[in-house]
Amino acid sequence: MTTLTINGQPHEVDAPDDMPLLWAIRDLVGYTGTKYGCGRGLCGACTVHLDGQPTRSCITPLSAVGQREITTIEAIAEDATGASVQQAWRELEVVQCGYCQSGQIMAATALLRDNPAPDDAAIDGAMRGNLCRCATYVRIRAAIHAAAESLGQEET
Amino acid sequence: MHVLANRDNDKAPAAQPRLVHVSRRGFMKGTAGLALGLYMAPLLGRGGRALAADENGEFAPNAFLRVTPDGEVVVIAKHLEMGQGTYTGLATLVAEELDADWASVRVEGAPADPQRYQNLMFGIQGTGGSTSIANAFEQMRRAGATARAMLVTAAAERLEVSPASLSVREGKVIHEASGRELGFAELAEAAAGLPVPDEVTLKSPGQFTLIGKQHLPRQDGPAKTDGSARFTQDVQLDGMLIAVPAHPPRFGSRLASVDDAEALKVPGVVASVRFSSPTRDGDLVAVLASNTWAAIQGRDALSLEWDDAQAFTLSSDEIEAAYRERAGTPGEPVTRRGDAAKALETAAQVIEADYVVPYLAHAAMEPLNCVVDLQHDHCTIHNGEQWQTMDQQLVGKLLGLAPEKITIHQLYAGGSFGRRANPVSDYVLEAAAIAKAARAQGRDVPIKMVWTREDDTRGGHYRPLNVHRARLGLDDDGKLTAWHQRLVGQSIMAGTPMESMMVEDGIDPTSVEGASNLPYAVPALHVELHTPRDIGVPVQWWRSVGHTHTAFSTESLIDEAAVAAGQDPYRYRRELLADQPRWRGVLDLAAEQAGWTSPLEPGTEGVRRGRGIAVHKSFSSYVAQVAEVSVDADNALRVNRVVCAVDCGLAVNPDMIRAQMEGGIGFALAAALHSEITLDGGRVVQSNFNDFQVLRLDEMPEIEVHIVASEAAPTGVGEPGVPPLAAAVTNAIHAATGQRIRRLPIADQLEA
Repeated sequence: MTTLTINGQPHEVDAPDDMPLLWAIRDLVGYTGTKYGCGRGLCGACTVHLDGQPTRSCITPLSAVGQREITTIEAIAEDATGASVQQAWRELEVVQCGYCQSGQIMAATALLRDNPAPDDAAIDGAMRGNLCRCATYVRIRAAIHAAAESLGQEET
Repeated sequence: MHVLANRDNDKAPAAQPRLVHVSRRGFMKGTAGLALGLYMAPLLGRGGRALAADENGEFAPNAFLRVTPDGEVVVIAKHLEMGQGTYTGLATLVAEELDADWASVRVEGAPADPQRYQNLMFGIQGTGGSTSIANAFEQMRRAGATARAMLVTAAAERLEVSPASLSVREGKVIHEASGRELGFAELAEAAAGLPVPDEVTLKSPGQFTLIGKQHLPRQDGPAKTDGSARFTQDVQLDGMLIAVPAHPPRFGSRLASVDDAEALKVPGVVASVRFSSPTRDGDLVAVLASNTWAAIQGRDALSLEWDDAQAFTLSSDEIEAAYRERAGTPGEPVTRRGDAAKALETAAQVIEADYVVPYLAHAAMEPLNCVVDLQHDHCTIHNGEQWQTMDQQLVGKLLGLAPEKITIHQLYAGGSFGRRANPVSDYVLEAAAIAKAARAQGRDVPIKMVWTREDDTRGGHYRPLNVHRARLGLDDDGKLTAWHQRLVGQSIMAGTPMESMMVEDGIDPTSVEGASNLPYAVPALHVELHTPRDIGVPVQWWRSVGHTHTAFSTESLIDEAAVAAGQDPYRYRRELLADQPRWRGVLDLAAEQAGWTSPLEPGTEGVRRGRGIAVHKSFSSYVAQVAEVSVDADNALRVNRVVCAVDCGLAVNPDMIRAQMEGGIGFALAAALHSEITLDGGRVVQSNFNDFQVLRLDEMPEIEVHIVASEAAPTGVGEPGVPPLAAAVTNAIHAATGQRIRRLPIADQLEA
């Protein structure tokens, strides 16, 4: 048995060590907001936070998770940065099919925690690994800027 | 008594179902037909229950909405929400005429029922062809207006005033004179007991408060930003097993032997099942497991031998060479106007060119999947379902059940771009066949069939590879005198249930749309088609179908003509569109907004810049795009900006139209720059996003969308943003570098 701490709650999972975290989160624990898109770390749909760091859960075996805290999209609004990102996503109507958007929001939240006022180049660097076939990229970029602005205003 | 009749039953069955006062006998003798059958049952079979109530007693005056006792307006969406915004669009139409409070509107996916929920442009239930808003525009408004009228009647009775003295605003019926008001919640029960009116009056455009509003929040926005939106991949049912099938290495390979010993050792794997493939040749095998990871591992551990005797073994370059050879011989005539051969003989200049596009996978972010819960006399499918009626019929046939015994529970689709409406129901049937085989093994549990990304990429049903050969003639003044174009590409409709309806005289209209009806005033237009039938690669509609390739060739060729004539490509097109006001409208708007007549800001040293324009009509909508590109000293290409003008008639949700144009441009840019499926000895070379490359955020251009103001009937926006983009970009590359790109993807074709 492995104990995973997901969104602040411990979960016991009975799974082989090489099972990617993605499938433990989705199939064994039942948080389905984190998505399967490629299984190879190529699309970012499976992005979660491990101790706040954006991580591709589809290529992270359970054995590599250790004691780190796992955060998924279901709890992102509990974080001030995550809540701002989510709000900006809604205000700018970023989503289309929505399948990649959990991963996009996780990646954007991590970016803004690291860099509260990212320029376009920083957004390119942080977000180019998160694919969106609906190509909502124009709005993803705009929403990150909007979230950065709203977070900046909260601080002042 | 009240029964439903249909005023326009000779045109579109069930288009505008209304209640009329006729006797049952009169109705039965009438010509209203099959479409009315289903309305009869609920209306006549409820004993003393109210006329406009559903089985739970809630106010449900028609199949498209109900008002709950809390005053919530639940809109039943007959179309799949796959990102295009149809849940919001359909709800806008209902809420507009109902004068509902948008915050109290919720959307549910409709069940599969071709009588109540057919696409009025298809005659069956299904989503595609950018038809959702177009076909449902009046139907949904009428549904909302009917409910509104009944709520007003209920309020009038309660307040003892005339209905005419009441108005409705944001979910409240208001008696202005007395200042009294009643919310929908207070009126729903009473309204459920009223007769459904025969006639309702729809608003005139000047009265709209939601339609055309710049920003109406998307219905699916909150759920898709907190992880709660439910996709097929997310379905979890009691006892459910995950099934991952093993597909053959080539199209047409047959399974020769199976050794599942290693697969069965994978922890979590329950069994392997052999099943007869409904749409491939012979048997296939799938691994069943208690979780997805185990099922994938188990499938990968199968030891399988395949017989390639009947397999398709050509490579893409061989297919292209064969197509080029076919392009040298006359094809089936599609369009003949004037004498193109003669005009070409006397032309001062002749342009000859081949345009080539590859196979393309849809590559939606959610790989294909489908949940099938099969019982002995019934089957429930959980799916992001795009093709209800055909899937229902074919699954019923496979399982030996009547179509109405196939219940389909609608979910969101994580993209589709056409793929989930498969013309032979490939993935839905595969899931059903696996469930059937599992049941025969005694595994009486729901089955979630999952394809990996690799399975999805290699699963076939691609946008067909096409070769277009063209000869254009120009006179001494550069005026276009002849346009001869021969298209070579597989038919999408051939071999599908749609073939008999769609293919006429050997011409699949989806192979030639956009070329056969070239809008330019060319005196001699001759379009021919070759439809190779010996290519074993399954093909399918892919966001904008035939227009994906015809717009690329036609809008490149007209640019070639303008260049040969020494004329401005925008003005050259404009002259030839003198009789096409809506084409011209978007062309002018895009050119104006892009600043076409002012010079493009030069690039930094060594960077060549150019601007290209293209215009195309698809699915009754008109789109023009101006692309601005930069090509640096190392021949790296960047599309900096795209200005897009769209005329889709009345703009129901302007922000969603913009979103669809933005997304369509990005989707088309992926195909223009990177994406291709190639075959090597019949094997699909690409497997995942490392080699089937799509667009990434850092490549997305700035996009500006301008919507033509119009009161014409609304037309689609899901697809029409795609077609012009590739040509706008390659025309811009020509303007920047002088190099003409005639094959996609552009990839590394730019020369030093």
